[in-house]
Amino acid sequence: MSERTTKQRETEEATDAEAGDGDATPTQVTSGATSAVRALENAGIETMFGVQGGAIMPVYDALWDSDIDHVMMAHEQGAAHAADAYNVVSGRPGVCLATSGPGATNLVTGIADANMDSDAVVALTGQVPQDMVGSDAFQETDTTGITAPITKNNYFASDADTVGDTVGEAVALAGSGRPGPTLVDLPKDVTNGETDREPGMPQTPETYTPQDEADEAAVATAAGAIEAAERPLLLFGGGVVKAEASEEARAFATEYEIPVVTTMPGIGTMPEDHDLCLSWAGMHGTGYANMAINHTDLLIAVGTRFDDRLTGGIETFAPEAEVVHVDIDPAEISKNVHADYPLIGDAGRVLEQLDDAMEAGPDAEAWREQCRTWREEYPMDYKAPDDEPLKPQFVVEALDEATSDEAIVTSGVGQHQMWASQYWTFREPRKWVSSHGLGTMGYGLPAAIGARLASDGGEEVVCVDGDGSFLMTVQELSVAVREDLDITVAILNNEYIGMVRQWQDAFFEGRHMAAGYSWIPEFDKLAEAFGARGWRVDDYDEVADAVEEALAYDGPSVIDFHIDPAENVYPMVPSGGANDKFALSEEQL
Amino acid sequence: MSGGLEGPAPEERPDPEGRRNSQGIRIDPEAEAEPESRRAVLSALVEHEPGVLANVSGLFRRRQFNIESLTVGPTTDGDRARITLEIEEPRPGIEQAKKQLQKLVPVIAVTELEPTAIRRELALIKVDGSAPDQVGAVAEMYDGKTVDVSQESVTVEITGSEQKIDAAVETFGRFGIHEIVRTGTAALERGTRKTT
Ligand SMILES: Cc1ncc(C[n+]2csc(CCOP(=O)(O)OP(=O)(O)O)c2C)c(N)n1
Repeated sequence: MSERTTKQRETEEATDAEAGDGDATPTQVTSGATSAVRALENAGIETMFGVQGGAIMPVYDALWDSDIDHVMMAHEQGAAHAADAYNVVSGRPGVCLATSGPGATNLVTGIADANMDSDAVVALTGQVPQDMVGSDAFQETDTTGITAPITKNNYFASDADTVGDTVGEAVALAGSGRPGPTLVDLPKDVTNGETDREPGMPQTPETYTPQDEADEAAVATAAGAIEAAERPLLLFGGGVVKAEASEEARAFATEYEIPVVTTMPGIGTMPEDHDLCLSWAGMHGTGYANMAINHTDLLIAVGTRFDDRLTGGIETFAPEAEVVHVDIDPAEISKNVHADYPLIGDAGRVLEQLDDAMEAGPDAEAWREQCRTWREEYPMDYKAPDDEPLKPQFVVEALDEATSDEAIVTSGVGQHQMWASQYWTFREPRKWVSSHGLGTMGYGLPAAIGARLASDGGEEVVCVDGDGSFLMTVQELSVAVREDLDITVAILNNEYIGMVRQWQDAFFEGRHMAAGYSWIPEFDKLAEAFGARGWRVDDYDEVADAVEEALAYDGPSVIDFHIDPAENVYPMVPSGGANDKFALSEEQL
Repeated sequence: MSGGLEGPAPEERPDPEGRRNSQGIRIDPEAEAEPESRRAVLSALVEHEPGVLANVSGLFRRRQFNIESLTVGPTTDGDRARITLEIEEPRPGIEQAKKQLQKLVPVIAVTELEPTAIRRELALIKVDGSAPDQVGAVAEMYDGKTVDVSQESVTVEITGSEQKIDAAVETFGRFGIHEIVRTGTAALERGTRKTT
């Protein structure tokens, strides 16, 4: 991996005939910048993503002698998304770097995205020297001010002696408790400032004390409620993934035979082909998951924040259910949905506690049968007549079939994202990498880069993208080519920003204002121009070959699937609606 | 327009009973009542570092908590400051405000003060100077002090509960108020009970 990501540096070093192999040598601390880099090494950071620039140059210079790999991205937004996906796939913090001013503001979308999805991303930004702060200096921007609402915590480093400790704290904090992005703003006088003080091992602040175990009495009461439930339903959110608690979650579900629905970020916590798994619920979730939510009498929610894309209208959400809510963040308890049984703690640990407290499982055979019936009544299916253009669902299924169970899927935002998450069958966590809370078009390609570098195995990395989303961060293809990354981008090209077009048809009388293109690039050729391989697919009989060739190609590849521009995403719960009133077709909206 | 999925239409589906109110609380449909707002005083012990106040006020703005007053000042520990906030919210809103405040990393501890807590506000009221003796007399009535007198105006200092100051302001109104400044509430628990 280091060969790819540090190519440039290595060629230079090779001319110095330096043998750079063997164990990692820690960076020697001589300045604020080297101290910051040393702190990253101490934290076990191996890869980071960024873009150079004036105020961050001292940090980049310190990286020259470090064993940390740096991937030079085309745009800072790409750096933040790549770091984000790196975290989602590996569970290790993702680090991104940018200069002051526009570098920092370009990170903002990625940081906000990480914040909404509770991803451990650490952003290091350059800043003008402290004696110029506040003077509207060249490329000065109030980075800590701008990012305060979208970070778990941010820091303005003011001292070369302590900057390493600050960076260490930022890394430790990002990944602990409920994860989230942190940022350290690094004024140039601090990074250039002399110091030989080595940073300690990364530590969270003393006052930061997330609760690991839930109150025993509360656990016992909740366990009693689960035993007594007639229609219990487990809801696994992204928190289960963050807590590495999928094992415990599955064990709990199977031992007590409780049906499971997931949120979108919780996809893969339960194998989607498991008999108990009803797939994911919410606006475009399965009909059977949404029916189950609306009829359960006890919703056991683990690691979810009850986002409105999941709940629909809060007044109609799970109207018959009492709610057990397991979360590590006390502020999520009763924020959106009142918790009758609040259990604050680590998802895995609390599930174990619940398991210990349970004497018997609920008696719920009739309910399980009902869930099975709903699954049959509301199948996830699509029609693919020969005389109609290629259906996107077919493409997703073809990709799923052609790849291994370990394949990682990233996406942009829009219809394609929904089809990918609906028609790909995920069996493991950390395989579905998407922008859930913020819904950031353009996330998919840089995320595929981050995912590729985070995965240690040979699993495929596939980005299911939309034409519009692809165009938002297409420049990162240059990075994938330069770094020779084996990723496959599958564009579900409907020549529309399709989700908008779907809403216009449903809610704006089909007035397609700013939703269609009068002209769209030929993405296969665009890919070739970047130095990647490209294919164009218009018909069913071309799908399998293109998929096979693209996956076999050991480098970045792009398939431009021209799909049915009129295809819509169903089921759909209209914003604010009741989950069981999902539409199965436009007439039902 | 294209396809769609098979399955019973919305009106053919079984409809569950029961519902929730706008706070997400499951309620008896018969007995819905909008929970009433109340005034709560929160006291937060925070790291005394730049940006904390901006962070706290930003939090209240972006989460749309109704903030009535906010004061901040040092404590006996040079590294810590105390922020006192008064908010007007229904109960779930107050709980959320406390938790969100507690979640900010530089916030060390948050408590909601008892209704019996000592609450004080200071106001400087500058009134027209044509009747200084009467102004002095009213100031005395409110345990206030005249702190500045000029040709045109008299400035009075009053401390006390918010209600007392409201009352004083109203009374001084008859002299003609030129300017007024109020600090917002500072509050501590009574007796030996610790505030945080
Ligand atoms: C950065 C950003 N801008 C705008 C939107 C609003 N938006 C949501 S979906 C969508 C259309 C996406 O189009 P495309 O990527 O082509 O995907 P499709 O829906 O056609 O599959 C838009 C504009 C967004 N989510 N993100």
